[in-house]
Amino acid sequence: MENNKKQLRIALRNCGFINPENIEDYIAHSGYAALASVLETNDPQATIDVIKKSGLRGRGGGGFPTGLKWEIASKNHADQKYVVCNADEGDPGAFMDRSILEGDPHSILEAMAINGFCIGASKGLIYIRAEYPLAIERLLIAIKQAEEAGLLGRNIFGLGFNFDIELRYGAGAFVCGEETALIHSMEGDRGEPTFKPPFPAQSGYLGKPTNVNNVETFANIPVIILKGWEWFASIGTEKSKGTKVFALAGKIDNVGLIEVPMGITLREVIYEIGGGIKDDRKFKAVQTGGPSGGCLTEKFLDTPIDYDNLIDAGSMMGSGGMIVMDEDDCMVSVAKFYLDFTVEESCGKCSPCRIGNKRLYEILDKITEGKGTMEDLDHLKNLSKVIKDTALCGLGQTSPNPVLSTIENFWGEYVYHVVDKKCPAGQCKALKSYIINPDLCIGCTACARACPVGAIKGEKKMPHEINQANCIKCGACVEKCKFNAISIK
Amino acid sequence: MDKIKLTIDHKEVSAPKGTTILRAAQSIGIDIPTLCHFELNGLNIHNKPGGCRICVVEVEGRRNLAPACVTECTEGMVVKTNSIRVLNSRRTVLELILSDHPADCLVCAKSGHCELQNLAIRFGVREIPFQGEQSSYKMETSPSIVRDMNKCVMCRRCETMCNDFQTVGALNAIERGFPAVVSTAFNQKLSYSPCTFCGQCVAVCPVGALVEMDHTARIIRAIADEKKTVVVQVAPAVRVALGEEFGMKPGTIVTGKLTAALKALGFNYVFDTDWSADLTIMEEGTELIDRLTRHLKGDKDVKLPLLTSCCPAWVNFFEYHFPELKDIPSTAKSPQQMFGAIAKSYFADKIGIKREDMIVVSVMPCLAKKYECAREEFKVNGNPDVDYSISTRELAALIKQANIDFNSLQDAPFDSPLGESTGAAVIFGTTGGVIEAAVRTAYEVITKKPLPRIDFTELRGLEGVRSATIDVDGLKLNIGIAHGLSNARRLLNDIKEGKSQFHAIEVMACPGGCIDGGGQPLHHGNSEIIKARWEAIYEADRNMPLRKSHENPSIQTIYKEFLGEPCSHKSHELLHTHYFDKAKVIEVKLD
Amino acid sequence: MSVKIHISQKTRTKIEEICESFSNNTGELINVLHKTQDYLGYLPAEAQEVIAQELGISTAKVYGVVSFYSFFTMIPKGRFPISICMGTACYVRGAERILDEFKHLLKLNVGETGADGLFSLASLRCVGACGLAPVVLVGEKVYGRLATDDVRNIVEEYQNVGFTV
Repeated sequence: MENNKKQLRIALRNCGFINPENIEDYIAHSGYAALASVLETNDPQATIDVIKKSGLRGRGGGGFPTGLKWEIASKNHADQKYVVCNADEGDPGAFMDRSILEGDPHSILEAMAINGFCIGASKGLIYIRAEYPLAIERLLIAIKQAEEAGLLGRNIFGLGFNFDIELRYGAGAFVCGEETALIHSMEGDRGEPTFKPPFPAQSGYLGKPTNVNNVETFANIPVIILKGWEWFASIGTEKSKGTKVFALAGKIDNVGLIEVPMGITLREVIYEIGGGIKDDRKFKAVQTGGPSGGCLTEKFLDTPIDYDNLIDAGSMMGSGGMIVMDEDDCMVSVAKFYLDFTVEESCGKCSPCRIGNKRLYEILDKITEGKGTMEDLDHLKNLSKVIKDTALCGLGQTSPNPVLSTIENFWGEYVYHVVDKKCPAGQCKALKSYIINPDLCIGCTACARACPVGAIKGEKKMPHEINQANCIKCGACVEKCKFNAISIK
Repeated sequence: MDKIKLTIDHKEVSAPKGTTILRAAQSIGIDIPTLCHFELNGLNIHNKPGGCRICVVEVEGRRNLAPACVTECTEGMVVKTNSIRVLNSRRTVLELILSDHPADCLVCAKSGHCELQNLAIRFGVREIPFQGEQSSYKMETSPSIVRDMNKCVMCRRCETMCNDFQTVGALNAIERGFPAVVSTAFNQKLSYSPCTFCGQCVAVCPVGALVEMDHTARIIRAIADEKKTVVVQVAPAVRVALGEEFGMKPGTIVTGKLTAALKALGFNYVFDTDWSADLTIMEEGTELIDRLTRHLKGDKDVKLPLLTSCCPAWVNFFEYHFPELKDIPSTAKSPQQMFGAIAKSYFADKIGIKREDMIVVSVMPCLAKKYECAREEFKVNGNPDVDYSISTRELAALIKQANIDFNSLQDAPFDSPLGESTGAAVIFGTTGGVIEAAVRTAYEVITKKPLPRIDFTELRGLEGVRSATIDVDGLKLNIGIAHGLSNARRLLNDIKEGKSQFHAIEVMACPGGCIDGGGQPLHHGNSEIIKARWEAIYEADRNMPLRKSHENPSIQTIYKEFLGEPCSHKSHELLHTHYFDKAKVIEVKLD
Repeated sequence: MSVKIHISQKTRTKIEEICESFSNNTGELINVLHKTQDYLGYLPAEAQEVIAQELGISTAKVYGVVSFYSFFTMIPKGRFPISICMGTACYVRGAERILDEFKHLLKLNVGETGADGLFSLASLRCVGACGLAPVVLVGEKVYGRLATDDVRNIVEEYQNVGFTV
């Protein structure tokens, strides 16, 4: 199938193919062979070099080179170090980490142990969303099995390496995807980020050097070890190697998780894998990178997807949410939706994020309510820029991206909302008006009876009229009209 | 030390490794504005959340702006503190903060001292471009502190003081995002929290979110009431700080002008808390000698170390956090309360008025004193020994209201008989002072010999915990001193575990003791001010003709005329108190 | 003069056991809160007081943590907790209209529990069922590909259960 040809499963290699609750199954699929080879080689730096040369970058959003991160943590000396797996998947619309944890939990455990050996840590912690009960259950089973099989715990493979893994539970805070916030949360505190440096690699969990990687990043590790860095580095673009898992959603025919090589174009993803826009509507934009990302238009459809291209285009990889939108989606509302999320998820520590995002949201809301001014658009632009420039952590620094990218790519739509007081997509309730066509209305009074606020007046058997000042735009009249006499403008 | 070279605004700077951009800039006269940042150097108090983002600067090669307060200088760094990008960002951030801040500056207690207001003036903000939702927390009052969390800017200074410095745990950041503020558990009243009312949150709050309960209007009304005799007492630390409110150099001793101002305000009698501090030493010192003597005789039941009890925040602290130790502190009331008890008995009798017709006002460097004077056990038939306690700041406001030109006042003496004092009393105003005063008296009482030296410098200093062994004619007296309740907590834990070697411990809640009490003029993070006050306290001590409490003639008189002897039955009735178990009780209810 | 907190012996013992199972370690506060919420269904102030005392931290800190994380709640949930997924995929497919319909029918706002204790309404972020968008959870049961018309049926389904039991 065309679908499969475009996809390449590395991180998701075992998902759906093995029984995640059976370690034998994982071992039969070369499981723990990478850990064995790393321990036998007994040269942490050599393994770090393999990861470095593979070109693997963090899949959680930032895209920091993984091997380099390991190296920094390995060079900071301490009596205790920690490996942390960030499984606090919080992007609305992304669920690849959950799929990996549920479908292939051992691959994460194996990768964490390899990481532990490389940086000199004997303790691993998985910070996982409490809302993922099945993933938690499977991880606990996997840990127990691995311990029983001597693949975790003391003296792994009889080669003298000790490594334990424990779970820590998130409690619903998107900001805990940020490393320092995650660490504070694991310490039983409010998940507030702190200024870096010190980086977790210097002073992390309980003040000890800590390496934090996300689930998908870890899922790539064992394969890279087994197949070699050359193989991995041969996939993808110059600066982004390997594959990326995306959660494809929105107005397309085939939704769900896909794993594609870096460098694939948005067009291939949307039309060939996604099957094109639902109901043959017109493509309008694709939102990548979740709340930190941006909306890309048709002109970016043929851009190869990688970390740097997405950033240049005004969006980002993020954790891999990919939401396709059609002409019925209002871009101001989309920006507002993401800002609503950021306002809700801001930790409140720094003023630009705490107050600035709230004000951004309020201005967007004003615009969708038909009360915006051109001055508001200036404020949007300046405020977005300042928040990006001054916020404390990655959440705040990227939160204006949905606003900036929609302003950049859909400026006209903003102006239309503000000047003409119209929503071209017809999504902004306040900007809709319901109009009765007097030529089609036969005066049956059905609409007037349906109207909850009595905004429709008219003599029986005479064309009716909607009082726009009273209309609450609920659409009840449209549903009741059997003559298609009511239209939305 | 490793030096780093960098450029700030085209000027070359060299700074030791670890210096922040903020400090490096200050060293060459560039004053980067800040809001949340707060440090008291030398007192180990640091609040650097890097949260307000007012201090952002441009660093060449960096993607976004850097907060100067937490970003350390690196070799060859090129910093711009006033580029258009920086100025625009700073201004926008300030406008954002102002957009969620009530604009009631005209009637705000912090007006004129508000760091946010100063920023708005400095940036010339004339309008706030952002309108939108504002926080809507309820204002909350307690006997000492008024909280208006709508003014909270999340600088976290109060949280740092309450948790790190005091380990009280009344305040914490609550909620997240836009509604996030620093408040109490469940946003309840401070009175339901472990708050000790030390007022350090008020002392560091940059805005009007935390202010003192203002009693100035009541004082004016009391003075105006012709049926009342209004008596005022002034705490030692007030005289070394009040001058700051009138533009004087920190550390200026203004005792004479202070007395003159109080007389000009119309108080009927202007007395000195120093007088009752001397009285405290007689009572507390006698208690110490008594416990020591019994201890040396092998009495196993005697409670040692003796803990001082002058600091009301400290009293609140052990009542809440260490109720099991409530029998250890001295039972002596604080000087404020001893004064009130004597004023409304001995002195009221002397001038022939009923206690109900007397109003006792205290001027204190402290906010916990407001709470202390309202405690039930310090009332007789509902009439408090001390009616109102006002802070140094409130007194300054009264003086200004009354058109009194403080700077040109002629020095005036305290009235008699509760105005006479010694140098031992004035050092109550700083950490180590109470115990030094006690030692001066105890030494002479125990040995019946004159002190070979008066200045016990080994008891002085600003380190959080200090200890010294004083040789009292062969008897080795182990003394512990702590200021800051976190430091006190360490010593209390030792006592609980039976590890304490001390015979007596002095505790004061505030940094440096009363000189930096919650009611003092605001220092805005300048620890030099605190040091200047500290030096002034010892200067005031040196200036006194008498420097030992037991030599105070009017103290000797009151024992002769009224009290009998220290720790007599009468003293116990008037000058001693007892403590309560105030720990939160978790009670099981029937299912 | 001291503040008194009232709590049942059973609850108190249970919370103490939970804290004990984490060695009364302050760093385990979030795990303790999870377990306590599992047990009680929510985190009433009294429970937070006990936890603070057991772990030796201030109640303000416990509340600071509870009020920070959206998973923790101080309001008891209804017998049938209704959660509307407001993840992006669901949002694009009309989750807001579904939520409005629930609000309208149940006369509840997000975060509220009805006076009869039958329903509580919550919105949550991506449950990972984007293929079924828009998605609603009632307890553990997932309802997918919903239209506004389906909302009334769902409410009635549980109302009937509520009355028959």
